[in-house]
Amino acid sequence: MTALLDVKSVSKEFSSGGILSREKVKAVVDVSFTLRDDTPEIFTIIGESGSGKTTLARMILGLEVPTNGDILFDNQGARERRGRAARLAFMKRVQPVFQNPFEAFNPLKQVDRYLVSTARALLGATTEDEIDKAMDDALQKVGLSLAEIKGRYAHELSGGQLQRVAIARALIPNPALLIADEPVSMVDASLRMSIVNLLRDLRDTYGVSVIYITHDLATAYYISDRLIIMQRGHVVEMGPARAVLEAPEHPYSQLLRASILSVDDAGMGNLKPADRTLAEAAWNDTGTGQLVERPDGRMVRRAIVSSPFTADA
Amino acid sequence: MIMTTMQTDDVLTVKGLKAYYKMGYFGIEREVRAVDDVTMSIRRNEIYGIAGESSSGKTSLIKTFAAAIRPPLQIVGGSMTYRFGDKIIDPYAATKAQVDAIRWKNMSYIMQGSMSVLNPVRKIRRAFRDFALRPMGLNERQFWLAVSQHLERLNLPERVLNSYPHELSGGMRQRVTIALATVCRPQFIIADEPTTALDVVVQKDVLAMIRDVQREIGSSVVFVTHDMSVHANIADRIGIVYAGRLVEEGPTRTLFTAPRHPYTAHLVASLPRIGDLSKKPSLDGRPPNLADPPKGCRFHPRCPMAVAKCATEVPPMETIGPDHRSACWRADEVRPLTTLGKPQEARV
Amino acid sequence: MFVIIRDLIRFNIEFAIGLILVGIVVFFACLSAFSPVDPSMIYVAPPDQPPSWDYWFGTNSRGQDMFWQLSFAFRNTLLFGLTVAVISRMISITIGLLSGYLGGPVDRVLMFFNDIFVALPIFPILVLFYFVMRNDLNTVNLAILMACLGWAYDARLIRSVALGLRYREFTRHAVFSGMSSPKIMFQEHLPYVMPIIFSTAMANMIWAIGLEVTLAVLGFTNINIPTVGTTLYWANNHSAMVVGVWWWLVIPVILIVMTFIGLFLLAVSLNEYIDPRSRLRRMGL
Repeated sequence: MTALLDVKSVSKEFSSGGILSREKVKAVVDVSFTLRDDTPEIFTIIGESGSGKTTLARMILGLEVPTNGDILFDNQGARERRGRAARLAFMKRVQPVFQNPFEAFNPLKQVDRYLVSTARALLGATTEDEIDKAMDDALQKVGLSLAEIKGRYAHELSGGQLQRVAIARALIPNPALLIADEPVSMVDASLRMSIVNLLRDLRDTYGVSVIYITHDLATAYYISDRLIIMQRGHVVEMGPARAVLEAPEHPYSQLLRASILSVDDAGMGNLKPADRTLAEAAWNDTGTGQLVERPDGRMVRRAIVSSPFTADA
Repeated sequence: MIMTTMQTDDVLTVKGLKAYYKMGYFGIEREVRAVDDVTMSIRRNEIYGIAGESSSGKTSLIKTFAAAIRPPLQIVGGSMTYRFGDKIIDPYAATKAQVDAIRWKNMSYIMQGSMSVLNPVRKIRRAFRDFALRPMGLNERQFWLAVSQHLERLNLPERVLNSYPHELSGGMRQRVTIALATVCRPQFIIADEPTTALDVVVQKDVLAMIRDVQREIGSSVVFVTHDMSVHANIADRIGIVYAGRLVEEGPTRTLFTAPRHPYTAHLVASLPRIGDLSKKPSLDGRPPNLADPPKGCRFHPRCPMAVAKCATEVPPMETIGPDHRSACWRADEVRPLTTLGKPQEARV
Repeated sequence: MFVIIRDLIRFNIEFAIGLILVGIVVFFACLSAFSPVDPSMIYVAPPDQPPSWDYWFGTNSRGQDMFWQLSFAFRNTLLFGLTVAVISRMISITIGLLSGYLGGPVDRVLMFFNDIFVALPIFPILVLFYFVMRNDLNTVNLAILMACLGWAYDARLIRSVALGLRYREFTRHAVFSGMSSPKIMFQEHLPYVMPIIFSTAMANMIWAIGLEVTLAVLGFTNINIPTVGTTLYWANNHSAMVVGVWWWLVIPVILIVMTFIGLFLLAVSLNEYIDPRSRLRRMGL
């Protein structure tokens, strides 16, 4: 096995405040994980606002430079990708899907211009026919066709359609990895599942790995293979998605799980707040301890003082 | 004669309400039918959830309820009547002074962005004074006593009064706006996506707070959000809005377990749930453009059950069960597309 | 484009008035192409004739037919204003978009120079150039010089728009579509600053013409080239008002006021129009 993406003890600090009171904000602290290149998977990063999940995604995309640690993609770090040619080669393999499909397309321009540009710059298509074929192939993968899209403006399509066009655009260079940052949070409820199902199909049919970033545990459970749960920059729990979400072990994961509004309880008025002691434990211990491996393959952050016995308690 | 007793129990009665945006810029005239022929009533002491997608007209609907519409949005037809105790008022027929007199005292709002209510350069104390002092009709001393009692009931520390909005977290700010909206103990509260911007953990607490304060003062809350899982847990009754029209209305549990409109059935079935790995359906097409909505039932182009009649005739909103109304020609044939899991516990 | 102008004339009275005013002046300036007289010649007509059927705008004390003289003057002045506006727009677009999109050190360096140009006292510099260049300071040279001095404020305006666009998702989307920086700046971002460019172009023309008139009236330009400014200079030189040749001053002033009001109305109405129209279009209405 070789690693497709190797995130090695990555941290990111931002300094904020004025000249006199510089404060360091730790957005991401010591995060490590690996995606294999032989098994496509949906890898989910779960976190609330301020958890550092978006910063992590931006670092993987090369939009931010890690303060510490390294992110290797195809065994190559961001520092080695200097110059336009290297960046284009990287974009050929890793593509983003954006949060707000209405924002991802210039409202003054036709949507297919992004597809044409991608086919030309990243796939190396030169003739009109090659470009059209590349666009049509990618659009077919997401259940659209070039005839439906050509010459259309963003406002003529629904959020769901636009998000599918955006995903088709990302698929044109046949990337190995898609990074989707909250790809459905701005899509209407009736169209949301079409995007989520599409991500699943991409993995199953076309072997594309997806890093799915979300705050929504239910969709994460629905599509992901593995996940990490982040709390203020730290990974608190990491492992197989279903096992972790069905029985979370870290107090913060348990808190998140307990805070989901269950549809099964519809009409029961069940708004009993999550256990406070749990919540306080989760917030007080932020970032302490280290990830400990559990028998079922997951990693859970545990206090350093704990002996192997208490770790299993 | 059941009708009359029902009516006295209603805080808001809306009949055939139509509110359209009428716009004209440089020769382009447009009419957007944001609220089209809505008939419904909000009862005393209930939380009525309004669910709908973006640009389904749900925001226009509550603006109309709040008597806060401005051109280009205007009332085109229908009636709207509030009943506060023995006071009956139609805000669109009443004078401005009469409408101002019910604002905040009888009717208040919890907004989406708490920052739009709270002035960022003024302390919270000032907001309470500006919004609530006059409607409550108390002297300063009694007023601040009432405010601090109210905050105590809501488990908010009294020191928030001396904070600036930016010193509070998002969840705390939203709690303050809820306290502000309920301090006069109004009979009618409009909550517009009050928890959409909040994180999941805080969201549940804020929802619980809204529900508790509503039960405590026995007011009616119109709760608007696109998030069906929020409705599932807070609303007593839900109205589903699609393309400017009310398409289904019923008790929450009924809508989730036995929806009678294909759109509702789809919305419920598409919600992913932990512990359920079945493939979730998705709906094709796009929500219609309200400037040029489809003829007949507005859902018919996307409806898996559509028949010829749906494309030509608008289905009326008909009662199909206790408290349950649906606007679908084939309402009798609609079956739930999913079965919910066992609820964890009954209502407290 | 044609439809836009037709709609504007039909639905925006300011635009219609502005267009008529500017149209009259432009038409008048275009007549210079058919002039039977050479504007540099003097004493070709009886001097000091009031407006009449033979001489519509009268003649001046230097024996020139004011109608044709002013036609040349307005041609030169309008061309001058247009040249300044076009060149300075090109500079401010380039600087503004580069600075806003690239950001970082590029932005800091460009804005450092930008701020210097904003702060420069333009009038004394122009006077200095006049003393150095004297009669080499013809209309073209003056236009280039003023364009080089008149871009800075608008560049900052364009930069602020570009800065906002840089963080929009569609910019990042364009980057990951393999578009190059120039393509993003001039194809994705330029349409957003076009409204600013149109309206500031009008304002810039007004500024340039006003400054040219001021310089010329004081004699700090080549006074042998007929412009609105030099016309006023000669009128003043011959004490036109004192000797009662009022038409020498009043007619050019009326025409230049028409030009200014016309340009101003065009700038305002275009601005007003572009905003709601584009909003409507984006709403899909």
